[in-house]
Amino acid sequence: MSEKIIDARDTFCPGPLMELITHIKQAEVGEMLELLSTDEGSGADVPEWVNKVGHELVSTEKVEGVWHIKIRKAK
Amino acid sequence: MAKINIVCVTGTREKLQMAAMFASVAAATGEEVSVFLSMNAMPFFVKGHSLEAPVEGEMGTLMAQKGVPPFKQLFQQAVELGDAKLLPCSMAMDLLKITREDMDDEVGQPTGLTRFLSDAEGGQTLTF
Repeated sequence: MSEKIIDARDTFCPGPLMELITHIKQAEVGEMLELLSTDEGSGADVPEWVNKVGHELVSTEKVEGVWHIKIRKAK
Repeated sequence: MAKINIVCVTGTREKLQMAAMFASVAAATGEEVSVFLSMNAMPFFVKGHSLEAPVEGEMGTLMAQKGVPPFKQLFQQAVELGDAKLLPCSMAMDLLKITREDMDDEVGQPTGLTRFLSDAEGGQTLTF
């Protein structure tokens, strides 16, 4: 299944999270989404949200100052 | 489902922003969110009112920069993505001589304190 990239670079908390939630609502179950964020707080808080809500956190890594957070919609 | 009650009464950028952040994140996490609007926070939810809330200090000034989601957008997302309720104080509406039609579309039923207190029972309450 294709992977959707959500570019939330240069927005501050809770901008990246709200962008992710907007896209996750429209996504199909099983679909993979990748969130890009330059907000440090979101690098930790978005995975927290993903776990709390019950989606699958596939990976998080920081590359050249940008967080890449991959999530699979689980329900 | 956890219940979060947010009492939003101060009309400054910092307080409105913080209340909006809690409302949007809690609502999007599936929590039941009610935001009670009164006092100087109230006019910012009247149609046509300026959205330039006065700044309290340094953080408020920093929040004017690009990339910070405006508080009204966050409150709208709380309603649209997480079914949050924005409840205008009926006393404040009487003082301002306005009806629900004068308020933003995402604002819900005018609510009195007795009603809000009974709905808020058992939940966590945050005040801004």
